[in-house]
Amino acid sequence: MDAFLDGFAVVSQPENLLYCLIGVLIGMLIGVLPGLGPAATMAILLPIVVTVDPVAAVIMLAGIYYGAQYGGTITSVLLRLPGEASSVVTVFDGFALAKQGKAGTALGVAAIGSFVGATFSIILLSLSAPLVASWALDFGPAEYAALALLGVLLIATIGSGHPIKALIAACVGLLFATVGRDSFSNAQRFSFDSMQLADGLDFVVVAMGLFGVAEILYNLEERHGKAHVPAAVNNIWPSRKELKQASPAIGRGSVIGFFLGVLPGGGAVMASLAAYATEKRISKTPERFGRGAIEGVAAPESANNAAATSSFIPLLTLGIPANASMAMLFAALLVLGITPGPQLLEERPDLFWGVVNSMYIGNVLLLVLSLPLVGIFVRILRVRPAILAPITALITILGVYTINNSTFDIFVMIAFGIVGYLMKKVGFEPGPMVLAFVLGALLENNVRRALLIFDGDPTGFLTRPISGTILALFLVAALFPIVQAVRHRRAATPDETHHREDSLR
Amino acid sequence: MSDEHSRPGGGRGDILAELEAEVAHELEEQRPPAGGPAYQVAAALVTLAVGVLGAVLAYGYGLGSLRRPGPGLWPFVISTAIIALSVVLLVVGRRLTDSEQFSRASVLPLVGLVTFVGFAFLLPVIGFEIPALLLSIVWLRFLGGESWRSTIAVSVGTVAAFYALFLYGLGIPLPHLF
Repeated sequence: MDAFLDGFAVVSQPENLLYCLIGVLIGMLIGVLPGLGPAATMAILLPIVVTVDPVAAVIMLAGIYYGAQYGGTITSVLLRLPGEASSVVTVFDGFALAKQGKAGTALGVAAIGSFVGATFSIILLSLSAPLVASWALDFGPAEYAALALLGVLLIATIGSGHPIKALIAACVGLLFATVGRDSFSNAQRFSFDSMQLADGLDFVVVAMGLFGVAEILYNLEERHGKAHVPAAVNNIWPSRKELKQASPAIGRGSVIGFFLGVLPGGGAVMASLAAYATEKRISKTPERFGRGAIEGVAAPESANNAAATSSFIPLLTLGIPANASMAMLFAALLVLGITPGPQLLEERPDLFWGVVNSMYIGNVLLLVLSLPLVGIFVRILRVRPAILAPITALITILGVYTINNSTFDIFVMIAFGIVGYLMKKVGFEPGPMVLAFVLGALLENNVRRALLIFDGDPTGFLTRPISGTILALFLVAALFPIVQAVRHRRAATPDETHHREDSLR
Repeated sequence: MSDEHSRPGGGRGDILAELEAEVAHELEEQRPPAGGPAYQVAAALVTLAVGVLGAVLAYGYGLGSLRRPGPGLWPFVISTAIIALSVVLLVVGRRLTDSEQFSRASVLPLVGLVTFVGFAFLLPVIGFEIPALLLSIVWLRFLGGESWRSTIAVSVGTVAAFYALFLYGLGIPLPHLF
């Protein structure tokens, strides 16, 4: 309890409050602007962020992440243009409400839902994280190996994109993680006698290439260049009737979001989709959805904020990032000399509770700021992407140079930028690759340590209760997409037959 | 989310699948036309080549045994998985619609890339000011279609702001002329 209260003392320091505010404002801004997502923004800003105090740096990066969930809503409702993938479903009813002249109501409900969802999730995070961390203290190499393996698989199969492509991307990420000196034998791998590659690829450089440069190059093809006219925002506060109608959806969305956020690969996108689907499924009038149902805004917005918050649990307690943005935070912590995992709570309670408690304050800031700032954000949207593009490009290129004062890093970043751009063009998501790259060393080192303990007997992974259970979950997760594909194919067969019959007529 | 994986499975009443399809459709509107089987096959062949190269090199590092794993064992296992998955993709991936055609607009990223490489070469030689100015001019005027007036104003303003931020604000020793 003392540590929890001390966390509030940490975040109440003016410097930390300022970084919290900067973080949520940057987050909202990038949520509003289509193009760069929170992961790309964190990647680009990492070299700058790591020059400040570690606690302030992580508070700011966390703010960017959950702030983006708020910002994404604004463009979804006003422009039918989701700034964030997790706000795509909000488009359906949010934009319909805006067309009916109720844009303010939609934004108001979204802001309240987001606040409730996030706060619910932070309370559960505060209560459950110490328990998970203390449980994880008993983990040995076999458990960590199994957990990292499950993480890689879930990230690859639950996330967006084709599962086989995601798995290939994840495996290539694991392969990139082996570049450099092998920590067991000291032998060089894939370094091709290069001094710079001998220490391996720098995660920040790789992530800046795959997320930052790739995203910048991809956006150059002017897919977001169309001009949009925002709907007018009138009465922002929803009526009592509307709030009553939205409340159960906010409650359910918060619970769904919390649980899906904890799952690796699930995250805010999956949570918003599942919450919307649940509301439509249990509604007595599902036909209202897509035509301006207030629950269609309340549920996904509560869920994506709850999920954004709960995805901090696996990172802070187990050292396993649940999604691409968490991978960036993981990288930031490593660069700052902090290893996320079960020991974090004991070794750096100031950082742990400072970051967790900054979310309470950050969310209040977001609730207070989001509605009055709508007008400013709409105006910012009028800034042409052509003007923002070179600024982003320069931040990226100068930022990566400053990590090690090395032009070699710029070339590595450009190379990964090309890889990321080409991946996006042929339907491979860079997220699984980055996450697997992060987990690569953890996975390899623990598999090899466990094999040494088991005297080379791989069945040792299965006979230990925790690693055995995790691997059983791994098997279920691996089989799930196959079962789902077979089920879909069977279900699709009558439709296809029907279509064929139609075309024959 | 815009590939067959997220398309409706056809299961009636499966609202989540319907929704995913609807989301895919929303995003589809912003995308250029799909690349077709040639793109899918090319992608699978590239990843297959990565897997084969990885496996060959890893084998050379020494596999060892499970009791005493060599430095090559882990990358060999990963490379083998890449090979197997790439073969599966080669077989089942032809009909996927999640690739994007390269078009005339794809020249723009190429030009952007050239400016990045040019910047990286020039930075240690002449400092960051002139390369940053040149990069901004190319991006604003030629890639972004801005007027000369706004190009010059934004470029000079951006370089000045970065000068102040990196050299004075953050105290980072960037190579610089002035």
